[in-house]
Amino acid sequence: MSEAAAHAIDHHEPETSTGIPNKKVLMWAFLGSDCMFFGTLISTHLIYRKISATVGGNFLDIREIFDIELTSFSTFILLASSLFMALAVSAIHKGNLTSTRWMLFGTIVFGAIFLGCQVYEFTHFVHAAGNELTLSSYRGEPHVFGSTFYVLTGTHGTHVAIGVFWLIGWLIYSFTGKMSTADAMDIECCGLYWHFVDIVWILIFPVVYLMEYAF
Amino acid sequence: MSTESLKYLNPESQTDLKTKVFPRPGQNTTGVINWLTTIDHKKIGVMYGMAALFFLILGGVEALLIRSQLWNHNMDILSNREYNQMFTMHGTTMVFLVIMPLSAAFFNFIMPLQIGARDVAFPRINTLSLWCFIAGGLILNLSWICTGGSPAIGWFGYAPLTDTRFAEVLGDMGPDFWIFSLQILGLASLLASFNFITTIINMRAPGMTMMRLPVFTWMTLIVSFLIILAFPAITIALVELMFDRTYGTNFYDFLEGGKPHLWQHLFWIFGHPEVYILILPAMGIISEIIPVFSRKPLFGYGLIIFSGAIIGFMGFAVWSHHMFTTGMGIVATSAFSILTMLIAIPTGVKIFNWIGTMWGGRIRFDTPMLFALGFITMFMVGGFTGIMHSSVPIDAQHQDSYFVVAHFHYVLIGGALFGLFAGFYFWLPKLTGKILSEKLGKFVFTLMFLGFNLTFFPMHYLGMIGQPRRTHSYNEGHGFETWNQIATVGAFILGVGIAVGVYQFVTAAFNKKLKPAGKNPWDARTLEWTLSSPVKEYNFARTPIIKSRDQAWENNYGDKDKHSEKEPLGDHGVHMPDRSWCPLISGIGLFVFVLGMLFRKTIEVSDNFLATPYEVAIGGCSVFILGIIMWSLEGPGGYHLFPKENEE
Repeated sequence: MSEAAAHAIDHHEPETSTGIPNKKVLMWAFLGSDCMFFGTLISTHLIYRKISATVGGNFLDIREIFDIELTSFSTFILLASSLFMALAVSAIHKGNLTSTRWMLFGTIVFGAIFLGCQVYEFTHFVHAAGNELTLSSYRGEPHVFGSTFYVLTGTHGTHVAIGVFWLIGWLIYSFTGKMSTADAMDIECCGLYWHFVDIVWILIFPVVYLMEYAF
Repeated sequence: MSTESLKYLNPESQTDLKTKVFPRPGQNTTGVINWLTTIDHKKIGVMYGMAALFFLILGGVEALLIRSQLWNHNMDILSNREYNQMFTMHGTTMVFLVIMPLSAAFFNFIMPLQIGARDVAFPRINTLSLWCFIAGGLILNLSWICTGGSPAIGWFGYAPLTDTRFAEVLGDMGPDFWIFSLQILGLASLLASFNFITTIINMRAPGMTMMRLPVFTWMTLIVSFLIILAFPAITIALVELMFDRTYGTNFYDFLEGGKPHLWQHLFWIFGHPEVYILILPAMGIISEIIPVFSRKPLFGYGLIIFSGAIIGFMGFAVWSHHMFTTGMGIVATSAFSILTMLIAIPTGVKIFNWIGTMWGGRIRFDTPMLFALGFITMFMVGGFTGIMHSSVPIDAQHQDSYFVVAHFHYVLIGGALFGLFAGFYFWLPKLTGKILSEKLGKFVFTLMFLGFNLTFFPMHYLGMIGQPRRTHSYNEGHGFETWNQIATVGAFILGVGIAVGVYQFVTAAFNKKLKPAGKNPWDARTLEWTLSSPVKEYNFARTPIIKSRDQAWENNYGDKDKHSEKEPLGDHGVHMPDRSWCPLISGIGLFVFVLGMLFRKTIEVSDNFLATPYEVAIGGCSVFILGIIMWSLEGPGGYHLFPKENEE
């Protein structure tokens, strides 16, 4: 390795004890912590799911307001966005700026579609005639399902929204002419976050939606 | 690409590496701006320590008010509600604003020096966590002037005490301040922990293998993992509580289908690991001190670390022992009881390791050692009562009595605070370059040890004869008066001891009479003692190559092949990062945002102000986001230093 190259490494990616870049270790630690965030929320939902079924003499059949086709569609969209994300990371590693830009754009669009579906779903549930599910009530009676459902899926939606803004930041940055393979590590961290948010949805979808049809 | 733009100029000039968008304060910044924009882990550690010592005094005054109220039967120094506020604020302050940040101060200052790093992995994130901690502390104490005053819900904030419908004062905002300050303090701890984990895993000097890390660094790592895994539980619990109080959700609302019991579970899933978050750093500190003052290597290094890890791991499996009387059923109660008894084993192993270290050693009773010995004895008393509580029938008797107060103060003052004070006396010479007065130190230890035992030992007895905790006063005829008066006298002695100690720490840097410490005043063992005192801003002029576990000791007394070596300095010297305004800007944005969110309920009052609370919140959030964007665009910056050949 030439002298100049050694210096460059010293400044940009300092050698680490494990050989894994610092930012990646930080990201993995954060994701480990985030697991506990969603773990707490999902547990809250599961604990209340059975207990709250008949609160106020008001038997809750959530299937009456769930639109499983729409949610399946948005689930598929979110999973597909992970493919774009992976391709974007691969493209930036190879230094292909055009491809990176398009793949980032694809991820953003699919993430936005997912968020749009969620907004539609929430609005639809709150205003469902005769079956209104709000944060605090179902059919006008006090209920817990709305609390756990909206806070859990809403927290996930917030994660997706943060991811979309992050990706938009990268997309804008890609037009400044400063983006290079040196940024590959940062985009990879963004990708780790994005895939993690997807994986959480893979857990939420069966636990919150599909289980209502099975048990 | 940016490699060509990196220029290595000659040693004397300040190199201007590459300013991306915003300039960063440079090398020669001085005064207040130096402290506000610093990203140096040592300065951040000092600021953590100073703020935490301030809160220690504040929480101490609250404790003394509580003790004065209990001086005699039916006293009226504090009203009912003021008493509840006082013990809530005392508990919250001492846990989140004193013990945790004091530990963080040591993590910041000592850990990078112990592993041979020039700084932590993410210096700016480190600064942000400092400002978040200070913002959280301010918000918690601003609650004194809000509607309803400070929270009166206990540091545990059990539902339904937090339910808006049961508030003693209409529109009580105390719990809201409590929720938001804990959220920000949680953010501070999480950011700091991600940073420490990355630093310890990735920034060790060559040859510093995991099994050569000093025990204190190991405990930093374990505590950091505990924080990142335990804090999410309280964050979500607080989010749910915030939704309950603000948007009418029913998580903990028993009138509308919620279960207050859930709060207890979520709180203690966080709260029990939190206990180990408080005590493990102190255990790490005394594991450094005892070998030095016994002049022997630590006995059972591997076992101490393994026990620490086991304690951390099992800490997640014992939370329900705080809830034995809630009626969880026999199976759950027995399981948690057995696990609680088991967790005493690794704790006991550590105690035997410390005793084994002292065994046959040439013990010097300097102040740090006195505090370390105080830690072992007092922590054992707290540990024994803890084992008593693991037995369900006994716990059912002790529940909510002063016996429990005695137990956890023996662990948290006799344990954690004594350990941290030991750390202060041990490492302040490294920080200030001066030897503290041994005479004054021993005076502080005597006062604290006496006062502490006078205060809390009688509480065992008071609890056994039935004095309930968290109760504003007691009636005549129970026989509580004598022991309460002894406890109150003890509390004031303890308070004087702590105040003198804090005075000694704070003035150490300015006191001209103190003698210079030199590199290694205690003849200590670990890597930080190979550096000059006070430590230079670049820590290690040349990256050390580590050859053994007790490197400073081996350098002085060991074989030639165990002496550490130094990596040669490259032609570009030591690369130092520039200072940054961005963490402070982000921190202020977050602080303003939270204030806006808190005062959203009192819109009609604030019509007279310049902006509505929502505008304040949006403004604060914008400043926060602006800070983050500037942060990501300000670029690496930095300058180079060229220490002389013999500088450390």
